[in-house]
Amino acid sequence: MQHPRYWINSNENGLYCEALDAYIDPVNPVHRAIITHGHADHARPGHGEVYATPETMAIMRIRYGDNHAEKQIELNYSDNISLRNASLMFKPAGHILGSAQAVIDHSDHRLVLSGDYKRSHDPTCAAFEVTQCDVFVSEATFGLPVFKHPPINQEVNKLLASLALFPERCHLVGVYALGKCQRVILALRELGYYKPIYIHGALAKLCELYSSYGIKLGDIIAVTEVENLNSLAGEIVLAPPSALNDRWSRKLPNVMTAMASGWMQIRARSKQRKAELPLIISDHCDWPELLQTLKQVNPQEVWVTHGREAALVHQAQLMGYQARSLSLIGRSDGNDDE
Amino acid sequence: MEAFAKLVDKLYFTSSNLAKSAILRDYLRTTSTPDKGWAIAAIAGTLHFDLFKRKLIKDLVSARVDPVLFDLSYDYVGEMSETVAHLWPTPSSKEDKETSKQLPSLDELVNSFKNCNKQQVEDILVELLDRMTADQRWALIKLGTRGLRIGLSARFLKKVLAEYANELPQNSVTTEDIERVWHGVEPPYLDLFDWLEGKADKPDVSKKITFQPVMLAHPIGPDELTQINSQCWQAEWKYDGIRVQLVCNENGKALFSRTGDDISGSFPDLLESIDEDNISGVFDGELLAMQEKQINSFNQLQQRLNKNKPSKKLMQEVPVGMMLYDALFIDGIDLREQVLRQRIFALTAWFKKQSIQPQLIKLLTLSEPLLFNNLQQLHALRDKANTSNSGFVEGLMLKNSNSLYVAGRPKGQWYKWKRDAKLVDAVIMYAQRGHGKRSSFYSDYTFGCWQDDKLLPIGKAYSGFTDDELKQIDKWIRNNTIGRFGPVKEVKKELVFEVAFDSVHHSKRHKSGVALRFPRIHRIRWDKPASEADQLTTLISMIAE
Repeated sequence: MQHPRYWINSNENGLYCEALDAYIDPVNPVHRAIITHGHADHARPGHGEVYATPETMAIMRIRYGDNHAEKQIELNYSDNISLRNASLMFKPAGHILGSAQAVIDHSDHRLVLSGDYKRSHDPTCAAFEVTQCDVFVSEATFGLPVFKHPPINQEVNKLLASLALFPERCHLVGVYALGKCQRVILALRELGYYKPIYIHGALAKLCELYSSYGIKLGDIIAVTEVENLNSLAGEIVLAPPSALNDRWSRKLPNVMTAMASGWMQIRARSKQRKAELPLIISDHCDWPELLQTLKQVNPQEVWVTHGREAALVHQAQLMGYQARSLSLIGRSDGNDDE
Repeated sequence: MEAFAKLVDKLYFTSSNLAKSAILRDYLRTTSTPDKGWAIAAIAGTLHFDLFKRKLIKDLVSARVDPVLFDLSYDYVGEMSETVAHLWPTPSSKEDKETSKQLPSLDELVNSFKNCNKQQVEDILVELLDRMTADQRWALIKLGTRGLRIGLSARFLKKVLAEYANELPQNSVTTEDIERVWHGVEPPYLDLFDWLEGKADKPDVSKKITFQPVMLAHPIGPDELTQINSQCWQAEWKYDGIRVQLVCNENGKALFSRTGDDISGSFPDLLESIDEDNISGVFDGELLAMQEKQINSFNQLQQRLNKNKPSKKLMQEVPVGMMLYDALFIDGIDLREQVLRQRIFALTAWFKKQSIQPQLIKLLTLSEPLLFNNLQQLHALRDKANTSNSGFVEGLMLKNSNSLYVAGRPKGQWYKWKRDAKLVDAVIMYAQRGHGKRSSFYSDYTFGCWQDDKLLPIGKAYSGFTDDELKQIDKWIRNNTIGRFGPVKEVKKELVFEVAFDSVHHSKRHKSGVALRFPRIHRIRWDKPASEADQLTTLISMIAE
């Protein structure tokens, strides 16, 4: 019972680590859960014990209330905790605020579960830390060689250029409430955009949370507080993707619809979203980053979870690793970024 | 090439026509000929040759990308050009210095492909793809394989060209002006742009086989009807086929649709029956399913539409013919400045002359004006059209005998008096969002009629309601959704639409076995219980023979 394949398995609740007697990002309520980050398909309410970074725990409290789990155990990056007969440590994953890789040590073997992660620049969260291990469990949301995400500045500059070209149009940008929203705001600020940025009500609380962690988002105004909506012509408004082409956006003046997502690289996907201005901004690794990470972590074995597993498994084998797909149940099939 | 790639990328993602026009005109203003001519040809789909074959692209990428990874990627992206555009590996040696080097102009690019052998084509293509960004590769592959579809109609493009020309204060070019020369000019359109930009006269296309823009009719209203009299007005059956223009002279022959698309390929049987050495002119008329001058229903004709190379069998089963009702040119004489009375006189005389050798015009028929002396008789004719079960009469045409042949839809000249629409009460079953301005509204509806206690879908409609009604229906749909299939919402089977349509036909394609022609929402029956909507059998009894 040494090799991780003997103490990790998956069932209808999700991925289960026998050595820790805990589930990692389970889809159903369980007695003990390790939560890698706060996105809704990873963090769910109703568990007995939850182990997460303080930031992730704060996000869960915002989304699910203070009592989202009976016991909430916060674990800082690089701190150790022993559970049953293994030890658990979090390392930054660079995905969103508080996102972590779960590092599990048991009987001289180390398994690293990446959670969702990325390697590109993101000042809203701690950068991914390469951690040596025997088994590396990688996500594969963008696990196809067609995915090469451009630098975020290039994409945000597209938005600014459009704003200069169409100063009479309200630029409505679809962003996921957690992570993408704050990252886009920060990228705008880094490029010298200091005007107020207007947000849909659904984004407000998480923006406040980010601010409380010292992430300076600048002047943020809720659209509900704007008296004359026509004054939003020529301004940037952020909203969750579901609000882009719905009743909410009808009231905005002369809308230019933009969408910030890694999927925007594929034309048909952008069309589906009816995005006139697709911004390829992702909080996941693109294909070159996935390969770069495999090389740096250099594990003996690669397991691939949700996303386009087949391609990454094939590629890892080409690179000389033992690799297999770890089919997780209940994961969304990449219909959104979360 | 850089500018072209940027242009098609922008156009691809832009939905408003105003914005598309602005983008295109900006490109035309800042790009020189012949580059912009090639760009227009690529967008209009008028390039006559592939720069390279799709197969070559596939072979090249197979040699560079792992086949498993390629298949998985293609599977996901769903489209060859885009898959290749993203997958093409940039050689590391070229990464820094060469990608920054300028790409050839569109004209250099087209010519270098045109003037080289197979091996050179491959070399040039690889060299280009190596140096390009993904968006540029996509544009190149689409251009080279003539697969650029970015939602711009040929008509829209001509309108933009006219708008572009009229940016010069001395110009006054109409879309029709461009339409008149369009089929007589060739990519890269040097003569066209010289004219549009005020550097030369309009290109002379009189000897070419060119589409001429057609004259269209307005629907008639009760006020206009009172002005119709037998002295100044001519009545004809409004045939239910497709409007076509036959152009024929010693240089060739072609058949065009009313929008100027060359549809010769779909009707080789009709064109072969025309002897261009003996017939010269531009004729206006209706293409109909016709056997030995016997007209068949539109439903028959439908099998021939949009088939580029019809099989012999199909041509035998559904022969076609053309009903002539006007002439723009005969034997080199431009008749468009003459009044309808004179044109018809010329056309009839010409037709009689040809009838001496009937094989010359065996698939052509002359539309005979209908006789009437007063309004009462005209109403009687309309009643006849209304009750006709022929499947090829869709009403009456009323034409001012003194009308010149004016392109477009001039006022007070030609009227169509269609048959009364047929009506059926159907229940809305599914709804989908619209496009453009309507993308936040559920505006496309599928509705059905009863068969026993089950609803079977009979058609789809997205028009006929006012903006206010649309808002109400949209709200109703959101509150009454019971299921989702991707973008399609299933709704409670509770709301009845009175659906108007022109005719109903048998159809193997639909589960209900019927297909409606021009269905539109006539009224929303908020008051009517769904159980009282029509039975499918009611609809079947309305099918034209």
